[in-house]
Amino acid sequence: MIMKRIQLIGLSALAAFAMLTSCKPKTAGSAVSGDAAQKVYVAPGEYDEFYSFTSGGFSGQVAVYGIPSGRLLKVLPVFSQDPESGYGYSEGSKPMLNTSHGFIPWGDQHHLAVSQTNGELDGRWLFANENNTPRVARLDLTTFTTAEILEIPNSAGNHSSPFITENTEYVVAGTRFSVPFDDENGDIPIDSYSEKFSGAISFIKVNPESGRMNIDFQLKTPPVNYDLSHTGKGPSSGWFFFSSYNTEKAHTLLEVNASQRDKDFILAVNWKKAAELAKAGKGRKVKTKYAHNVYDHNSHEATSTMMDEVLVLDVVDLIDEGFAYYIPCPKSPHGTDVDPTGEYFVGSGKLASLIPVFSFSKMMKAIEEKNFEGDFDGIPVLNYDAVLHGEVQKPGLGPLHTEFDNEGNAYTSFFVSSEVVKWNVKTLEIIDRQPTYYSTGHLTVAGGDTAKPYGKYLVAWNKISKDRYLPTGPELGQSAQLFDITGEKMELLLDFPVIGEPHYAQIVPASLIVDKQKRIYDINANTHPYVSKGEDQTKVVRTGNRVDVYATLIRTHITPDNIEGIKMGDEVYFHVTNLEQDWDLPHGFAIMGNNNSELLILPGETKTLKWTPTKVGMIPFYCTDFCSALHQEMQGYIRVSPAGSNTPLRYGTGDKAPSSKKVAAAPDAPAAE
Amino acid sequence: MQPIFNKKKNDMSLEKKSSLKIITRVLSAIAGIILFITLFLPIWKIELDAPQYPEGLEMYIHAGKLSGEVEIINGLNHYIGMKELHAEDFIEFTVLPYLIGFFALLGLVVALVNRKWLLYVWLIGFALFGIGTVIDFYLWLYDYGHNLDPSAPIQVPGMTYQPPLIGFKQLLNFGAYSIPAIGGWVMFGAVFLMGACFGLETNFKKKKS
Repeated sequence: MIMKRIQLIGLSALAAFAMLTSCKPKTAGSAVSGDAAQKVYVAPGEYDEFYSFTSGGFSGQVAVYGIPSGRLLKVLPVFSQDPESGYGYSEGSKPMLNTSHGFIPWGDQHHLAVSQTNGELDGRWLFANENNTPRVARLDLTTFTTAEILEIPNSAGNHSSPFITENTEYVVAGTRFSVPFDDENGDIPIDSYSEKFSGAISFIKVNPESGRMNIDFQLKTPPVNYDLSHTGKGPSSGWFFFSSYNTEKAHTLLEVNASQRDKDFILAVNWKKAAELAKAGKGRKVKTKYAHNVYDHNSHEATSTMMDEVLVLDVVDLIDEGFAYYIPCPKSPHGTDVDPTGEYFVGSGKLASLIPVFSFSKMMKAIEEKNFEGDFDGIPVLNYDAVLHGEVQKPGLGPLHTEFDNEGNAYTSFFVSSEVVKWNVKTLEIIDRQPTYYSTGHLTVAGGDTAKPYGKYLVAWNKISKDRYLPTGPELGQSAQLFDITGEKMELLLDFPVIGEPHYAQIVPASLIVDKQKRIYDINANTHPYVSKGEDQTKVVRTGNRVDVYATLIRTHITPDNIEGIKMGDEVYFHVTNLEQDWDLPHGFAIMGNNNSELLILPGETKTLKWTPTKVGMIPFYCTDFCSALHQEMQGYIRVSPAGSNTPLRYGTGDKAPSSKKVAAAPDAPAAE
Repeated sequence: MQPIFNKKKNDMSLEKKSSLKIITRVLSAIAGIILFITLFLPIWKIELDAPQYPEGLEMYIHAGKLSGEVEIINGLNHYIGMKELHAEDFIEFTVLPYLIGFFALLGLVVALVNRKWLLYVWLIGFALFGIGTVIDFYLWLYDYGHNLDPSAPIQVPGMTYQPPLIGFKQLLNFGAYSIPAIGGWVMFGAVFLMGACFGLETNFKKKKS
């Protein structure tokens, strides 16, 4: 009897134990299908199908990856100095990083836009924004170099940028931090935010031939934060949509204070109309100061020009012209994305639990019928339901960004629930969801924000890496994941670590870019003021305590490679020309003890490195990039004499090198003192 | 001989009614010792799983303290406006060690004193204590899960974050598990032994006489 009772109690205890331990659901591992490896393997000698231009975030640079292999092809210096190439260190490139605040060695590069024609990627230029000191850069995609940087006045936090119109008529840049405009007094209490601060949206005109940028006009708006924006397409061509948050107008603890209102806004702007108003003189000139830096690929030098005024249209004053409207959007929207047809635009509210999809035709109808909910700071607010096409229900947590494929599907990234969700734009049905490892921020579909997406691949740019790769100390590279989106379900193919922090990318078919590539710079087209087009043109010239060395590099020697007569107190400029005219033959150039970086000079280029001697004695210099079998022999010496000494200025290579043994005087040009 | 024998038998039957079986005394002593051990072990565990937390997050409730990744969990909870968890906010942590210690000691006393009434006092007392603790735990879970800061950044209409009393519940992107920790299993062991004591000493059948 007792034993039976004990057994009964014992068994029930065991049952309870088993139940409790088994009630923990099993988590599925990340399963990759069998043929994933084949789909991402690009065999030696073969090329990737796409270029992915990926923003470097806080690195300030742009990274280029091959898709589908995920291989890093190159890191392009844009807003940060690059000691490897001398970008931001060489005399010809330093002006690129000049601003109204002076020289700035770093930037925060967030978003990218490849130039478009008729709403399709055309692969001519890559536009990049700088979020910290507001600037927009244009990169030349025949040389993969930064060709132009334009600073943006009246702005702070150039986040909603650069987004382009369908024919690259304008690059649009919206400000993240509202601030007083440059011609207003900025020395005011911070809590006068709602009364005295303004938002700025800049429309930068792009010259269709040269790509040259200039600010056509700016819109002055009430103070909110602008996050992301996109151009309309097709039917919505001529309009631009900006997501804004912090309509609570908080200036402190935005984490809480900017998250209170249930809905913020999407600002819809008829930019064609705004441009007309600007042309008609409806704006006013605002006195300001901003830098415009242009790199000349023939002179291999940049010039920085300080601009002093910009045209501003006040949106609220001109509101009756009917070119700006607010559309309510839940909740602290991050992205506003327009589908390829141009009829639907999607607001991703990062704290929202649904995705609203708006209809452009309904918006136009609401405007016509004056279907307003009221106004916010003088800008009419359209009725939410009147503009809404529908809401995607319970898609996930924390939607951020949506891109589209060529089959009417949308792909949205979810940061909080760490997934990518595929849904149909018209029916708002959820088709598939895939986890990301971990916490994806933005995603890119090849051509996914244009009128003609290529589809095929989707890359999720994730913010948290944790255990995805071999650990590298506390700081881990961020993680990108490549998906195959040709089927109904998204298939994970590959993940790869990336540099900096990708905020955005443009995935472009390689075919648009490959054939336009420059392999060398034509030495005959070189207009650098200190170029030496042959070794016979090299010289060393002294003007007071400034010395200019005209040097050349060609396999495998430097001319001149012996220089005497440099003195302490001199400022020496080495203008080095790479005389090669063959493919993939850069030379490097470095000087011992130089408080500066090296130079990396491509065939036909001339670059200038400044050196201030720090001590008397013998200073070697050499080529740093392995260029030939005798690369180790590509070197030279500089003799530094004390200040005020009368060591004659002599230079040369081989027979022409200065000799202390010969009785005759130095064979080369006299020192111009 | 016989009368003495009978007397002894009577005496013994009298003793049998009020005293305990040997096995009961052994089990109650062991239960007491096991209960004492739980003072040094984590009794309950709240585990949080989320996609971006492959390593998981765990919080342990001991008789007298909290341990585990309490600070990290507090950091995440501020998004939804949940109060921060601090051991000093709960008077239970001061009182529980003494109560558990009391019942542990009482188990040993029951074995020594060898009286049925004391056994029942101990068993019923502990049962009430257990039920009371569970209710108290549930009330705290309710309080923390429902009384959220209205100015919290993440507000999902109608959503509350009460972790389950025991078992699994999905709270936004976190899967929350509320399960016994090692000390909890040990305590279940003690409860099992106490149940056995009850079963051994209680006469479930009707007496013939």
